[in-house]
Order: sequence, then C-alpha cells, then structure tokens
Amino acid sequence: MIVELNGKRVELSDGASVADAVAAAGADSGRRGVAVAVDGEVVPRSGWERTGLRNGQRVEVVEAIQGG
Amino acid sequence: MAEQTTEKTAPAEVDAFELGGRSWGSRLIVGTGGFRSLDDLERAVEVSGAEIVTVALRRVDPLAKGSVLDVIDRLGAFALPNTAGCYTARDAVRTARLAREAFETEWIKLEVIGDDRTLFPDAVELLDAAQTLVEDGFTVLPYTNDDPILARRLEEVGCVTVMPLGSPIGSGMGIRNPYNVQIIVDRASVPVVLDAGIGTASDAALAMELGCDGVLLSSSVARAEDPVRMAGAMRAAVEAGYAARRAGRIPRKLHALASTPDEGLPELG
Repeated sequence: MIVELNGKRVELSDGASVADAVAAAGADSGRRGVAVAVDGEVVPRSGWERTGLRNGQRVEVVEAIQGG
Repeated sequence: MAEQTTEKTAPAEVDAFELGGRSWGSRLIVGTGGFRSLDDLERAVEVSGAEIVTVALRRVDPLAKGSVLDVIDRLGAFALPNTAGCYTARDAVRTARLAREAFETEWIKLEVIGDDRTLFPDAVELLDAAQTLVEDGFTVLPYTNDDPILARRLEEVGCVTVMPLGSPIGSGMGIRNPYNVQIIVDRASVPVVLDAGIGTASDAALAMELGCDGVLLSSSVARAEDPVRMAGAMRAAVEAGYAARRAGRIPRKLHALASTPDEGLPELG
C-alpha cells in the first residue's frame, strides 16, 4: 500500500500500522516528543500499534524542534 | 552573637508570576528558535532564568542530532509548544492537538498568522482557534495584535493570558505602540505578556514598565552577537522594569522641577 508519509509517497506492507509508519519516518519508538496525525486526526501513542493504515492515507509524524 | 545584616543592594523583585493556574519564579519566557547551537540555547536559557521556553513541532528529521527536549529537561524548564506556521484556525487546532500528544501538556502558545511577510496574527482565525481550544480543555496563550478589543475578545473566550506583539516577530523594532499595550494592560483581568518585537534590554524593561506581567522573546537573545550575555541583560531588564513599575515613576513634566532647595542659597555676588 502507498501512503503519503510526511509529504512523500511511501510504500508500506499491506496491513501496516501507524507504528510502522512512525518507524518508516525515521522516528524510533523510544524517541520523545513525537506525535502522529492520520488524515489530520491525532492518533495517540497508545493506539499506534493497533491502528491500521489504508492505501492513500496522509500520515504526518512530527517532533519537537526549536521554535519561538 | 547577633547576626549582622549587611545587605546594601535591594533584592531583585521576586514576586511569583501567576499564569495559567501555576506560579512561576520568572517573568521572562524564552523562545528556543534561532539559536546557532543547542549549547548556546542551553547556556542562554540558564542565564536568563526563564522557567518557560517555547518549542515547535515539525516533521521528524531522521538525521537530527540532539533534541531540544533533552536540553529543556536538563534546564528543568517547562516546554510550551506553539502553533507557529499555522494560517488557519483548523491548522492551529490540529497542531495544538498534536502538541498535546507530543508534549503531554494542555498548554499551547497559539499563533495563527495572516501572511508570511509581517507574521501578524489573523484576528478572525485566531479568535476562532482560541475558542475551539478552550472548549477542548486547552490552556491557551495567544500571540495577538496590539489591539485592545481583540485582547478583550480573547480573554472573554477563556484564554489565560493575552500576548500582544510589540512589533513584528524577529524585527527587533521594540514596542511601536506603547499606548495600545498600556490600554490592554489597564483593561485585562488576565496577565499580559509582551510577545514579539523585543530588540534589546530597554524594550523588555519598557514592556514591564507599561505594566505587562511578563515578556516573551526569542530572536533578540538567540541572534545577538553574544546570546548568553544578552540573556543576562534581558533577565535584568525584566526585573528592573517590574520593580520600576511597582515603585511608581514620577510624572513627565515639560519644565524642570529643582531637586535642590533654593532656601539657604548663599549670596556670593
């Protein structure tokens, strides 16, 4: 399946979860201050493993950076 | 033997700063953006005495070295997430919800800007986002224009503070409309934090002298030639301005008022 992960089209295995997308984005599971939105809606960390993705979904994986 | 008190200098004003239902020891909030290195950031925040520092959210960078969160932890500071870069209420609300998840805090510095040249807030979108977020349980700290009416509206929808700009973000132009800031301060029943436009220490002192409860700044320290030294200057300026406000300044007069009495002046002519 293809998802749009942080603005790039990325191929994930069928049945991939949000946790897989987080890993594909380069954020290892222990990384702090990471949050995920799928099609604009936040998926809490506790739901990453059990939330499956569908073809064509837009996944944003964000983290803390310096900012005013 | 009796203890002698030999203190000759007045202690810095240390009244607690009540903001968002919490009590803070510093009235200076520092943004973490624009520093040349995390090391500069860490030393500057330490010297500034700030207990609240702002952070932003962006797409994960797998190559990023070191995390701003580690720095903030070492400093024992509170990371206040912002919604920088959002142009609509919808984007700002979504970013705030992501920030709540990422930082495990209900606090959000709400920024909804109108264009990328002035970075002025979009009043309509800002108020809309503020209302939605307050209803959603957020502690909302809005970056706003120096507009007393908008400030009142933000307060009415339940924001815990209003944070008017002095001049455009990063401009270093200081407080261009001190009268509006004064009106906002006079009418607000929530704390007022001067946010944006501070260029140097006197700007921060002026904000406090106008009656602001705190100052939020970033570029003026981060982009100073010597950020650590400027951080110390800002700390002193906020303390001095706060003390001066509480001390009650003399009124401005057009003509002189002698400070030395005429009585007893010798005739030497």
